Amino acid sequence: MSSKKTLIDKIWEAHVVREKDGEPSLIYIDLHLIHEVTSPQAFEGLRISQRKVRRPDLTFATVDHNVPTTDRSLPIADPISKQQIDTLRENCHMFGVPFADITSADQGIVHVIGPELGLTLPGKTIVCGDSHTSTHGAFGALAFGIGTSEVEHVLATQCLQQSRPKTMQIIVKGKLAKGIRAKDLILGIIAKYGTAFGTGYVIEYRGEAIQALSMEERMTVCNMSIEAGARAGLIAPDETTFAYLRNRRYAPAGEEFESAVVAWKELCTDEGASFDKTLEFDADSLIPQVTWGTSPGMGASITDTVPNPADISDPVERRSVELALQYMGLTPGTPMTEIKIDRVFIGSCTNGRIEDLRSAADVVKGKKVSSHVHAMVVPGSYEVKNQAEREGLHTIFVDAGFEWREPGCSMCLAMNPDVLAPGERCASTSNRNFEGRQGRDGRTHLVSPAMAAAAAVAGHFVDIRTFA
Amino acid sequence: MDAFHKHVGIAAPLDRANIDTDAIIPKQFLKRIERTGFGQFLFFEWRFTPDQQPHTEFVLNTAPYDKATILVAGPNFGCGSSREHAPWALLDFGFKAIIAPSFADIFYNNCFKNGILPIVLADDIVASLTELAKTKPGTELTIDLEQQQVIVDDKTVYTFEVDAYRKMLLLEGLDDIGLSLQHEALITKYEQDAPFARPIA
Ligand code: SF4
Repeated sequence: MSSKKTLIDKIWEAHVVREKDGEPSLIYIDLHLIHEVTSPQAFEGLRISQRKVRRPDLTFATVDHNVPTTDRSLPIADPISKQQIDTLRENCHMFGVPFADITSADQGIVHVIGPELGLTLPGKTIVCGDSHTSTHGAFGALAFGIGTSEVEHVLATQCLQQSRPKTMQIIVKGKLAKGIRAKDLILGIIAKYGTAFGTGYVIEYRGEAIQALSMEERMTVCNMSIEAGARAGLIAPDETTFAYLRNRRYAPAGEEFESAVVAWKELCTDEGASFDKTLEFDADSLIPQVTWGTSPGMGASITDTVPNPADISDPVERRSVELALQYMGLTPGTPMTEIKIDRVFIGSCTNGRIEDLRSAADVVKGKKVSSHVHAMVVPGSYEVKNQAEREGLHTIFVDAGFEWREPGCSMCLAMNPDVLAPGERCASTSNRNFEGRQGRDGRTHLVSPAMAAAAAVAGHFVDIRTFA
Repeated sequence: MDAFHKHVGIAAPLDRANIDTDAIIPKQFLKRIERTGFGQFLFFEWRFTPDQQPHTEFVLNTAPYDKATILVAGPNFGCGSSREHAPWALLDFGFKAIIAPSFADIFYNNCFKNGILPIVLADDIVASLTELAKTKPGTELTIDLEQQQVIVDDKTVYTFEVDAYRKMLLLEGLDDIGLSLQHEALITKYEQDAPFARPIA
């Protein structure tokens, strides 16, 4: 094997506990994040087989998927949500796992709080029973979602059986134009290459457009790697990363931080290292993106029109487009800017961070939400919420007519009471537009926070570049 | 987990691409804290109307497909959320195997952990199996894991690939946590100088 290594190879090789031909490798997990939905059966499994949590000190839990985003001092109305939250609290207590409970100042969406607390660090292997664990790859960590059986496996062994992933690089050339955000970039990549191009791969995002992204924007890009089918996506750590991590609660401090930075600087792809696959993407010509269908790959530029299935030659693809347009209630040829919306959701682990809220607030400042639109902002965590309130963003949103909520996943997956009614059309900053994702027969269009905010004001999609 | 050797069952066609885990089991049913009982919610929004009446035209609501144990589906099956509730629901409904041109990674992996066999076959083979299941309702397929074959009739046998280690676990019905714990000494040794594992103080 060549001595030139990719970042993915370096992290992988540093975590192999055991290797044997014909078997998956046993790899060590540095951080295991837990939430209420995918963990109860795993803890139950431990109890049944009388196993303990091997490293509670490398495990961290919170509640996010189910939690109401309304007043936290009130009891949880849905008895089954309450049971899942109570179950996680009891499990953490019983097994000694650190837990950010629903009223804790650390509570938030698991992929938002990991980085905020400095739990997410370069070079780590990070897993969680949630597909958007890929978010943490923004720090140069190898982070991926696992199923509940694997959650149990990590709890019991702090390891996973994994086969070595294939490596892919996406080189993003050029520069994003003003008003174009990371969300547009990742939606554009997925619209171009489809929702399965990453299957079997870990993607390293590279190129000048990536290096220019802030930490939060990098998280948005890595977050949606799973929508490309990839197990994980990552970006090599650099000065932007180190600046973000300095003074985070669980990150190294003082001299220890400085020596960590020296080690982290080694976490990059060596010049001349080879990937199993290389793709390129041109950032210069990217314009704001909106999805029109029921898969994240069914996206277009804001200046486009809804596609016509008759123009598609492949029968399987034609049929999926027909079904999608039927579900979405859209007519081929309609300009994207003429699609009227009923709801706006700004939040999620994709776009529920402070910069996302700032960019949405910038757009709505001094304006009003259109009279037929119901709009809400759900911060990704208490840290985000508190910061936004310090900056007065909540006043901007509330004055414009947005609801200002408590942190959680909320309408990203609508497990709590924040749900679309049948037929309602939503401009959403989340990551999935599958049928029923935000409520049965609800219609989701994925956009950036600025595009969602502008749509809230206009009542239909608009091009953020010309919106004033 | 039950071992999987040979299975004979009815095939049900579901020829859509990108069937995601939200469609397989909508999130409102993820709140149970058990592994069982999810079959009643499988493909819920396709199987039932908003007032909970069965959609009579949906394939799994019609005989003989309501007894199907093999699902024949389109590419990228199981994409989206990592919820293991998806294979639990399929298993609880009675499915033992899923045949598709491709699967999403996490779902594929989750199937093996629960004794469901996901089988990748070429597009044209999946298309012909779909056609067969549609035009001859009740068609039984035989799946032989040992031989790695899907057997339609004496003349038509398709071979599939499966990772040798996963095959062994499934044939034996083994618990992979137990297998990993056999390497406890290696894990402990690794931990002594784990470079990146940073305890939460
Ligand atoms: S915000 Fe949405 S995608 Fe992110 S963890 Fe929550 S439910 Fe999953």
